[in-house]
Amino acid sequence: MDTFSYVNATSLKQVTSLLSDSEWGEVMLIAGGTDLLSELKEYIETPKTLINLKTLPGMDSISSDTSGLKIGALTTVAEIAMHPTIQQHYTVLAQAAASVATPQIRNVGTLGGNLCQRPRCWYYRDETVNCLKKGGDICYAVDGLSKYHAILGGDPVYIVHPSDIAPALIALNATLKITGPDGDKTMKVEEFFTLPSANPFRENVLEPNEIVVEVEVPKPKPNTKSLYLKAREKGAPDFALASVAGVFEMNGKTCQSANVVLGGVAPAPWRSAEAETVLTGKTINDSISMKAGEEAVKDAQPLADNEYKVTLTQNLISRAAMMAVN
Amino acid sequence: MASWGEASQSRLIGKRITRLSGKDKVTGKAKYTYDINRPGLLYARILRSEVAHAVVLELDLSRAEELPGVHAVLPLTEAGRKLRYQGQEIAAVAAETDDIAKDALRLIYVDLEEQPFVVTEADAMAEGAPQIRDDWQGNRSNPGINEQGDVDAGFSEAAVTVEATYHTPVQTHVCLETHGHVAEWRGEDFLTVWASTQAVFGVRNDLSRRFELPANQVRVITEHMGGGFGSKFGPGVEGHTAAQLAKITKRPVKLMLTRKAEHLVAGNRPSMTQHVKAGATKDGRLIAYDMKGYGTGGISSGAGFQAPYVYHVENQRTERFNVATNAGNQRAMRAPGHPQGAFAMDSLMDELAEKLGMNPLEFRRINDSNEVRQAQYTLGAQEIGWHRRNNVPGSGTGIKKRGMGVGSGQWGGGGGRGTQARVTINPDGTVEAVTGTQDIGTGIRTAIAIIVAEEFGLEPTEIAVQIGDSGPGLPSGGSGGSQTTASVAPVIKTAAAAAKQKLFETVAPLLQTTVDDLRIGKGTIYVASDRTQTITWKQTTGLLGMESITESGNWDQELRQGGVAGTQFAEVEVDTQTGHVKVLKIVAVQDCGLAINRLTTESQINGGVIMGLGQTLLEERIMDPLTGRMLNANLEDYKVPGTYEIPEIKSIVFDTHRKVTGVGEPPCIPTLGAIANAVYNAIGVRIRELPITPDKVLTALAQKKA
Repeated sequence: MDTFSYVNATSLKQVTSLLSDSEWGEVMLIAGGTDLLSELKEYIETPKTLINLKTLPGMDSISSDTSGLKIGALTTVAEIAMHPTIQQHYTVLAQAAASVATPQIRNVGTLGGNLCQRPRCWYYRDETVNCLKKGGDICYAVDGLSKYHAILGGDPVYIVHPSDIAPALIALNATLKITGPDGDKTMKVEEFFTLPSANPFRENVLEPNEIVVEVEVPKPKPNTKSLYLKAREKGAPDFALASVAGVFEMNGKTCQSANVVLGGVAPAPWRSAEAETVLTGKTINDSISMKAGEEAVKDAQPLADNEYKVTLTQNLISRAAMMAVN
Repeated sequence: MASWGEASQSRLIGKRITRLSGKDKVTGKAKYTYDINRPGLLYARILRSEVAHAVVLELDLSRAEELPGVHAVLPLTEAGRKLRYQGQEIAAVAAETDDIAKDALRLIYVDLEEQPFVVTEADAMAEGAPQIRDDWQGNRSNPGINEQGDVDAGFSEAAVTVEATYHTPVQTHVCLETHGHVAEWRGEDFLTVWASTQAVFGVRNDLSRRFELPANQVRVITEHMGGGFGSKFGPGVEGHTAAQLAKITKRPVKLMLTRKAEHLVAGNRPSMTQHVKAGATKDGRLIAYDMKGYGTGGISSGAGFQAPYVYHVENQRTERFNVATNAGNQRAMRAPGHPQGAFAMDSLMDELAEKLGMNPLEFRRINDSNEVRQAQYTLGAQEIGWHRRNNVPGSGTGIKKRGMGVGSGQWGGGGGRGTQARVTINPDGTVEAVTGTQDIGTGIRTAIAIIVAEEFGLEPTEIAVQIGDSGPGLPSGGSGGSQTTASVAPVIKTAAAAAKQKLFETVAPLLQTTVDDLRIGKGTIYVASDRTQTITWKQTTGLLGMESITESGNWDQELRQGGVAGTQFAEVEVDTQTGHVKVLKIVAVQDCGLAINRLTTESQINGGVIMGLGQTLLEERIMDPLTGRMLNANLEDYKVPGTYEIPEIKSIVFDTHRKVTGVGEPPCIPTLGAIANAVYNAIGVRIRELPITPDKVLTALAQKKA
């Protein structure tokens, strides 16, 4: 990696002002560093300054009350995975967090970092391949090898968003608190992520001088069943070939409302309105759950090597729906 | 006649004894080459080609040389030369810190004219493909053809035939410790190298030739090493470079390969593609076999494989050739040619058995002339519960389907000459055993201690074993071909026996008896004809006065034997919704002769099974036809088994005689066929291409449905 200076953050104001006073990419934020360090070592990013966020007070805790959860952006993935309230009432989130990487990475990787992590695409991660995401002309996955790439929303960059936590948060209707030089703003986690058709270089709408500080999750209704399914080649560590975050409000075997968000199949966490429509108001059974899967992937556009992901995604959605009633 | 004695007489040999270096390894106390730090150490790195094929137009090292902290920059290619694969060496840097060395690499200017490349076998064999090797016509080697019997007549006798294509991709060694060396010169004429190697003396001899030094002026040390699997027999470019940089800078130099370089240039198991047609008679005799196949060893040849394998075929014709590609060269890898051959053969056997309507195990029994394996089939089938398998493949109900399969293997492992060893008994009762072998991970250090301790009535922990060092001048061969134990153990045994004899000669007069009447007990020496006459070990050695006993040994062939058979049974569970294959259990029945240490023998079997499982389900070097690069030269996308993948492994040490036979390689062979056949038995659709990943399973299931 290139030499950089290292600044311990003292306040959010200081952080946003340092970011505002620099060019894009010159100053970068580091918390757990599990993603950023490998980007630095591979020269994918070459910042001049790193701001260590771990020194910011009060951003690493989880609080819960009757209305929901507040999770600081510096909370580790492990803390989310092991939190009893999250395990019990926000199961999809605990399961998604527990599926991330390895214990070592979960122990240092943070919520904010997990949401803002960069793609794993093997072309993107190779310094010597100047792909579209890095300002080049083409997405190499189109004519190259695309086993792990997007089947939905890819055009023109076929990366997949690697986060497990993001689909879970979206399925739970979570919101993000973001701080910038002009103060705080909130947005739905779902709106935070963006597709390459809107911006091929970024995966989210965070401005260069903004920072994610907190996630707020409304408490699901008591009759909610939520779960996270992640298909991967290897038990751990491995990123999702496809994943499903499902939050189902159930009345017996009838699904009153369904939130179905996919990971590992699109450049952003992918909300499947199609699957949700099929399931909502229905008695969940084999044929409805299969229909939900089929509808979710009907517009899928697989590349040369990832047609299997269409079947896989479809099957995972069916499985998730069936698990809501079993 | 020399012998290891009866099992009932052995106090230590054949028992389960904890690895002597185990505690040091798990606590980090053990020093690997990576851990060697010398006063004034410089750190070296190598700049490598990122492209698959290019001509060097210009190489300018000056900016790197000017970087403060850089001590030397060494060109490893020159203008006009060709680079033929990603990872090929361009230049090396030695600097005060590793970071400076890395920065310096980025200051090296190299102008390359990229050439058309081919990185897949198909592209290499396509019409109009660019020529890769100057010494070949096209990208295929001349085929090797072998014919026995009358194949056409055989097929005319066949009641059933199967025609199929089987493929295994390139697998890399993934040594936990990457290749590397620390080199240090004393003056101009003595070179010491700490090497992560499986051949201490091989590296010494290579370096002595390379630097035109007498062999006794090069010392190579490998106290512990983190895996070799066949890829670490010589110093290679990186070893030569480390020693050269140390010579230029007059400073010790450490040069360890990066994980990426390890994948790209440090060897691999070549790929295999077989188009095979085979026939069997109605009563289950394999009668005809016709195979055309090839593999790529990258820019080198050596992509051979076993075909047919294990089972006897009267009439056979085989034709195989190498395909050159712009990729790093193959090296020997754990049972070279066998696992891939076994995968194809065991798959083929099951396909034939099914056509015959025969139990695949029964079909094997008919065609396997090896008596050991016949007994192993019975034992293994019993252990896995073979009767529980699906009579109709894929007939299980539910989303997760289970199945069972079987596979076979064979190997040599009889050892060879070339080991010298010294066993010393000191007057204070301490014992040393010294030889120039190295512990590639099999536990030879512990095995040596066990043999000596058994001979002397001591505990293995009381024996100071010195291996992994050419300094004492006691050569031993490389650890390859599963030869180490069978090469070393007889020499240690005879050396210890000779030393014991000398010790008896010292003590016999005192006990007023003859040497022949003396025996060793635990910590004592006693008179066989009068057991009341005993003397402790320490009292005895005290009689030596100032003089230690030092004896050497010889490779007594009566103490070792080659040739092992193995069979494995697998039970798997396939998730038909996700395509994920989970191996539930492997029963590995491995013939090995006398296991000096049953515990580390089992560990070797476990390790072989895990490696075989990785090759079956996960591992593949992914070469990109678009960019010419290996896309998974890391441990994120090159997937090796982790704890989640490792099933219950029932390792059965199948002792067939009391002579030492190596067992490092053979247990990785039968795993592939056993798992692949189990997958078929589970889902009723055959995957003929490894690794069996979810994409292939889902695709195959979809095709079956359609």
